[in-house]
Amino acid sequence: MIATVIALPALSALLLLTLGKRSNKFGPGLAIAASTGSFLIGLWQFLQMAARPEEERAVITTVYEWLAVPAAGFKVNFALQLDQLSISFVLLITFVGTLIHIYSLGYMSHDENKRKFFAYLNLFVAAMLLLVLADNYLLLYVGWEGVGLASYLLIGFWQHKPTAAVAAKKAFVANRVGDFGLSLAIMTMFIVFGSVSFSDVNQGISGAPAWVSLTLGLLLLLAACGKSAQFPLQSWLLDAMEGPTPVSALIHAATMVTAGVYLIVRSASIFNASEIAQTAVVIIGAISLLMGAIIGAAKDDIKKSLAGSTMSQIGYMVLAAGLGPIGYVFAILHLITHGFFKAVMFLGAGSVMHATNDNVDMRRYGGLSKVMIFTTITFFIGYLAIIGIPPFAGFYSKDHIIEAALSHSWWAGAAVLFGAGLTAFYMTRMVVMTFVSKPRWEDDVHPHESPLSMTLPMIVLSIGAASLGIILTNDHMFEHWLEPVTGFVEPEPPFSIQTITIITLSVVAVGVLAAIWQYRKIAKVAPKKVSLVVAAARKDLYGDVMNEALLMRPGQGLTRLLNIFDKSVVDGFVNGIGSFTGGVSARLRRSETGYVRSYAMSIVLGTAILVVALLIVGL
Amino acid sequence: MIQTVLNSIPTPNFEYALLSPILIMFAAACLGVLVEAFFSIEKRRFAHLILIFTSLLLAFFAVVLQSGPSGRALVANGTVALDGPGWILQGTILLVAGLSALLFAESKVDPLGDSFASRASTLPGGQEEKIVTKLGWAQTEIWPLFSFSITGMLLFVTANDLLVLFVALEVMSLPLYLLAGLARRRRLLSQEAALKYFILGALASAILLFGSALTYAYTGSLEFGQISNGISSANNAPGLLTAAIALVAVGMLFKVGAVPFHQWVPDVYTGSPTPVTSFMAGAVKVAAFGGLLRVFYVAFGALVWDWRPLIWVVAGLTMVVGSVIALAQSDFKRMLAYSSIANGGFILVGFSATNRPAIAAVLIYLIAYSFATVGAFALITLIREQAGESSSLIRWKGLGKKSPLVAGLMSLFMLSFAGIPLTSGFTAKFSVFTAAVTGGATPLVLIGVLASVIAAVFYIRVIILMFFSEPIPDGPFVVVPSIFTTIAITSSAVVTILLGLFPQVIIDLVSSASVFLR
Repeated sequence: MIATVIALPALSALLLLTLGKRSNKFGPGLAIAASTGSFLIGLWQFLQMAARPEEERAVITTVYEWLAVPAAGFKVNFALQLDQLSISFVLLITFVGTLIHIYSLGYMSHDENKRKFFAYLNLFVAAMLLLVLADNYLLLYVGWEGVGLASYLLIGFWQHKPTAAVAAKKAFVANRVGDFGLSLAIMTMFIVFGSVSFSDVNQGISGAPAWVSLTLGLLLLLAACGKSAQFPLQSWLLDAMEGPTPVSALIHAATMVTAGVYLIVRSASIFNASEIAQTAVVIIGAISLLMGAIIGAAKDDIKKSLAGSTMSQIGYMVLAAGLGPIGYVFAILHLITHGFFKAVMFLGAGSVMHATNDNVDMRRYGGLSKVMIFTTITFFIGYLAIIGIPPFAGFYSKDHIIEAALSHSWWAGAAVLFGAGLTAFYMTRMVVMTFVSKPRWEDDVHPHESPLSMTLPMIVLSIGAASLGIILTNDHMFEHWLEPVTGFVEPEPPFSIQTITIITLSVVAVGVLAAIWQYRKIAKVAPKKVSLVVAAARKDLYGDVMNEALLMRPGQGLTRLLNIFDKSVVDGFVNGIGSFTGGVSARLRRSETGYVRSYAMSIVLGTAILVVALLIVGL
Repeated sequence: MIQTVLNSIPTPNFEYALLSPILIMFAAACLGVLVEAFFSIEKRRFAHLILIFTSLLLAFFAVVLQSGPSGRALVANGTVALDGPGWILQGTILLVAGLSALLFAESKVDPLGDSFASRASTLPGGQEEKIVTKLGWAQTEIWPLFSFSITGMLLFVTANDLLVLFVALEVMSLPLYLLAGLARRRRLLSQEAALKYFILGALASAILLFGSALTYAYTGSLEFGQISNGISSANNAPGLLTAAIALVAVGMLFKVGAVPFHQWVPDVYTGSPTPVTSFMAGAVKVAAFGGLLRVFYVAFGALVWDWRPLIWVVAGLTMVVGSVIALAQSDFKRMLAYSSIANGGFILVGFSATNRPAIAAVLIYLIAYSFATVGAFALITLIREQAGESSSLIRWKGLGKKSPLVAGLMSLFMLSFAGIPLTSGFTAKFSVFTAAVTGGATPLVLIGVLASVIAAVFYIRVIILMFFSEPIPDGPFVVVPSIFTTIAITSSAVVTILLGLFPQVIIDLVSSASVFLR
């Protein structure tokens, strides 16, 4: 049954891609139907699960035996694990996914390749569902690569824009680095535990030596960094904004980029077993949340600013996941609320772009609240949610993370608190520049509200952004819900919860006021003379430079070295022996092909070595 | 006197039915020669095509029908072993060779005709060459050569006697040397490759023969089972036998292209006509590993503790050298050649486990790899420019925009080579690594994992080039092939996907048949 959740969008994607242009008419409708169907089945599964007693909620369904080597006692099944954690993701993915499908109907209405767009969206939903439903790391890896593939296809959807093609390439490369981490982790599990299923790894890790959990933890963290745009693999996310805005909302805000958090939480037993790995996770989360916020505060491009914000919010989740059992539940809670409020803001940004001839420069917005009433209200709800004003959703999830961080260490607490202030600053800046201040539109822009197919998803999402926090945390519902999977320990912060809330809200207030003061007047062109921090932030805090130094240069250097090695050392060495023993033959023929005599020499030498070695072994 | 001597020679006992796959291909080759002699030049091509595909199908059916448990026996006085692995190898060779035959038959992608020189005897670039090309002549001798080579392979993987093995090796190799030199384009390179291949191949054959002689000298027999008995009756391995094993190993390792006997591979793969390269990387590779498996598992199995460390070293070297040097390649065919070397290393990892799963793992790897590699080479033939195939990687930039289908299929094969789950390559790597871990070769598996990570880099780089780069202005174009190449590519892709999605079918089939007769 649960397999149909994945099969519906997968089949729809396959159908749309194979039928090609013939499916132009019914394609989008079919894609929306598939995604809706997935959501309904997911919902039904959820209701059934909730009705079961707690210990019977997790169910593993084996679709078929994928790979088995009986002689080696090893097997991997194509099996899906439906438990409290995965169903939470299923609902988030299919619900937000369906809304974004509907939104795309309006947003992409003029694009002639829209059935391809919808096919990719379906493909993404299917792969993401596979990722969260897999019962073993190998199948998770398949989904992991699948969402990556869909992501590159969608970032580069407007291939005619060179920037889009470059962005897709960058996302691909950065993700490869992360994926290597994951594949190495899986192979390590295979070698150490002889199995890659979650349950076997969980069991095996308790008896394994310390280096295993440390290695696995760090490798999984690397994987999470790649997928979730965390330091130092973050730079692709900002460029990924070249893709159509619904894509940014679904993939690069609500779902795919949070896969890293899912991976860490799903591997809780590994991280629980290694304090060093956990600390590494917290540090990476802290760095990313501050970096993202700083970048978000300096960008004038509304989507890039939101992308910085996404990086920062995922930093919160990663940090929470690194805190161990006191944080896992809140990482997921924040992930879900963020899925709603960030999606609504991205869709709002898309609506604004739709209204201003696809302009993304906030310096040319302003005063849009007067003409786009739905967009403004829904965006504002998202805004209140992200900066953490009660009773909006972000307040509950973020406040809990702050409590948990404070009970972990003073520096983690300081980072999340400072981050909260920065968040308030850059989000207020965005709202002021876009909706409140005086209009600074281009001359030919005539802003108008978007069609219903676009505003409706925004309204639905904003209801979630407003209310999910209260609903989920009421009577510790979400903690109890996830506890059987992730474990849960009540955080014990050094101050009372009321005190923390007051501190947090004052920090937020400072951020808001600072932004209002700073942006009481806005120039149409970004000022040139700025502080060092702003200049650095505008360049993504030198993320590209760093990636280049860390990833590209060594790679290029290695290739060059190999080339030299290949041409001069290998050939030279072999040729040298060849000419030495085979008599001097100075006639040079075409240089790109090797000499047959040197090849023969190598064979003879190899033979001699083999014979001698065998004789030595035999003795 | 003469009569008594003659009477003392036993009449060989031939199980014709069981040997029929080999005999069918041999008959096809002989008939092919007759076709050359008696058919007019216009009808030859057609006659050859009918002959080759009929015989391949017949031979394959003969394999399928007889490969059941009742068809497993030592035949031809114990010189040929038709056991589970033997049948599976024969079947694989026939299928993969069939795909290569489809590429041999393709004459639509190149405006000048098929991939082979109109006449091998003309001087490259000379006047005569131009004339025969213009006349549209075709070198139809390739077909009998091809059939002879397959005959050799079918015998090579089932040979249970060092002498038969040697003869089979020559029957398989000699036509290959000729085929390698018959490229229509870049003929000098092709002829050079053929000559190199011939000289080095002859050297390796000589070494193999020397090893066989020493084996005979020590054990008094050439038959694998007898050799094994002769070895186990000795307490330890004396120098004579050790040298024999080493020399036989070299002869076989040369054929599979293991380091340090690999240098011919890039030159020959690059120089040969691409259909022939696909044949070498596919069917020949299967045959070479099949022979290697049998010789070492059956004949020298008793001395596994002596030769296994060496195989470890060779496997490790092969994987690392193949993968690392492939990183630096700028020509796609050459890169695939190094990839083929590296893949040989991965197969050796499975081989070195020397247990029952190892046999199955090697067979699975061979099946998965040979189909994918034929598919990849088939795609190369479609990416062309005025002067022929365009195999310079840098020129493939943005190919995904010109032909998403070709680039997409190529990506599929690259992903399979890289061992990404849900492709056959994953199933294959998984099998050999599992076998090696159970066989106690964990350190080797670690090297293998690292090497496959390195290898993934250059496979993925091709995908990046094709999809995420701007096309160059006068870049290559993609031609639409005839039904021949289309079938070859489609079958390779389907096998690659099916073996990734539902590997259990093939794993079960192969595992149930992974016992050597001795």
